[in-house]
Amino acid sequence: MSDTATKAKPVTILQAINTAIADAMAADDTVIVLGEDVADPEDGGVVGVTKGLSTRFGEHRVRSTPIAEQAIIGAAIGASLVGYKPVAEIMLMNFTTVAMDMIVNHAAKLRFMSGGQTNVPIVIRTMTGTGFGSGGQHCDYLEAWFAHTPGMKVVAPSNAADAYGLMRAAINDPDPVLYIENLPAYWTPGEAPEPGHIVPLGKASVVKEGTDVTIISYSRVLTEVVAAVEEMEAAGVSAEIIDLRTISPWDKETVFASVAKTGRCLITHEAVTEFGIGAEIAATLQSEFFGKLKAPVGRLGAPYAPVPFSKPLESAYAPTAKRIAQAAISLTK
Amino acid sequence: MTSNYAPDGATQLEIYKRVALLKANDERSRKVIMNGRLVMPYYSYRGQEVIPSAMATALTDDDYWVTIYRGIHDMLAKGMPLKDLWAEIAGRVDGTCKGKGGPMHLTYPKKGIMVTTGIVGSSMPIANGIAWGSQLSGNGRVAVATFGDGASNIGAFHESLNMAAVWKLPVIFLCQNNLYGEHTTYEKATSAKRVADRAVAYNMPGVRVNGNDPIEMFAAAREAVERARAGEGPTLIEAMTFRFHGHVFGDADAYMDKAQKKAAMEADPAPIFRARLIAEGIATEEQLAAIEADIETQIDEAVEFALASPFPELDELTKDVYAQGAAA
Repeated sequence: MSDTATKAKPVTILQAINTAIADAMAADDTVIVLGEDVADPEDGGVVGVTKGLSTRFGEHRVRSTPIAEQAIIGAAIGASLVGYKPVAEIMLMNFTTVAMDMIVNHAAKLRFMSGGQTNVPIVIRTMTGTGFGSGGQHCDYLEAWFAHTPGMKVVAPSNAADAYGLMRAAINDPDPVLYIENLPAYWTPGEAPEPGHIVPLGKASVVKEGTDVTIISYSRVLTEVVAAVEEMEAAGVSAEIIDLRTISPWDKETVFASVAKTGRCLITHEAVTEFGIGAEIAATLQSEFFGKLKAPVGRLGAPYAPVPFSKPLESAYAPTAKRIAQAAISLTK
Repeated sequence: MTSNYAPDGATQLEIYKRVALLKANDERSRKVIMNGRLVMPYYSYRGQEVIPSAMATALTDDDYWVTIYRGIHDMLAKGMPLKDLWAEIAGRVDGTCKGKGGPMHLTYPKKGIMVTTGIVGSSMPIANGIAWGSQLSGNGRVAVATFGDGASNIGAFHESLNMAAVWKLPVIFLCQNNLYGEHTTYEKATSAKRVADRAVAYNMPGVRVNGNDPIEMFAAAREAVERARAGEGPTLIEAMTFRFHGHVFGDADAYMDKAQKKAAMEADPAPIFRARLIAEGIATEEQLAAIEADIETQIDEAVEFALASPFPELDELTKDVYAQGAAA
């Protein structure tokens, strides 16, 4: 997070992403943008994340595409093979399923299959997240699918400064990066990033130090973890909070150092618990710290069910501050 | 096709050199596999040699090509060196992909060979992106995507043709229609009478040519290349042909019409082209025999080079997954 006392006006995550792409495009002519509705005649994105870019840099560099996800990712891959750095938007994370062949069989593997002769420096931006009543096909968290694919990197910022810094790092990276944005969190204000601020891929952030339990999260649920601090402290539990920021490759060094100190760990995310990121981290921790843990590693995700529409059901789907506090407290008993 | 684009004698000889190389290389590949000297999945292209030979002759080394699993003929025609090819299909470190790609993932950017995909239809979306790069930089380079008739039924084909037309990309969609998608006949799987007809739906020129006729195939290729370079957008070429050895080498061909196959093999385009070059005085028997002997020598050397090349060290397993030195 922040190590500078910035006095700049707070910015939203949406603004931070927009500024990061604009700064990258200004710095490097090979950065190009494509996706459904991304150019200004189409409103600069369905939510406006890319607003202003085509006006500033031209529609040759910021192209609205047909609704054709395979063609979008294929175009990004092809352009990246000949020297460009495309930032492709797949409007919603569920729509990545339509482009899985391009992402998994091609973007992720071309470096390896070509013996290092080619590489695919693309960023795939995609938004998701429950909260807007979109039901079962518009707000899944599918990060585990991509993290399970060698060759892909996966990032998921939780605040504006990281959103900026991770985007700049992702665009600079020589390999394909899936960049996950949370729709309801787009308008969350936060400390403004310094221009050119880079958050290195693979580096987590210790958001709050603590002694009793390490809580690991990313994306919007991280803010739920922070909101759970008060209830945990009232119960006498001191939590160390880690924002993973990069899901793959994940920052084992920071996580191990924390768990070595606390002896307890809870991983929480909006994706379903089963076969999720929490499972990978838990398995790794149990190998690394077998016999030294004070409690089994805990996982708190969504229930093993599609996202429901009805408001009470949807509200009960993703982890909340209350359920996170309860899960963390129970690990200490 | 218009004869304005017909190849002259020298060009025909260039095309033939490629045809002879491709034919000899396929024959040697099957022989080496049959002899047990090499084990790999092999998708023989025998019978389809004229298509990439004519297409590649209409291109320069700087132009790009994205092909599919039945694509060794495309790669050789575009200029992949025999030694790099053979070492790769043998899984050796001297292969063009260090042995990590194999016959279905041949890559050789030095000659514009950017991707070989094992996924039906997936050459086309990537070729679009390469062509977009050419368009952005104004370098005049053309991208060719090859695919089979079966791939014209998959979503990627339709998404790609649409985007290429909307964006006027310098890309050529080269369908090698060998009448079978895996084991299923064209008619049983495809609603359109001709793949070329589908171009109408995407507002681009679509031509069906006899892909086994070097004159007709070259003319179509040349015209499409000129259109692309002039910024006039994509072309769909449906090149009619036939594959002599089934879907994957070793399949029993039971699904193929025996009479149809026999007729196609009797109309083998390579010797017909050869005879015509001599009959028309474009080349002499001695000249062509010398070319063919030289090809055999080159293949001999490539096979021996490949089989003498070491296998990759086991630490290659986790290399090239990401940029070297990157966190993983």
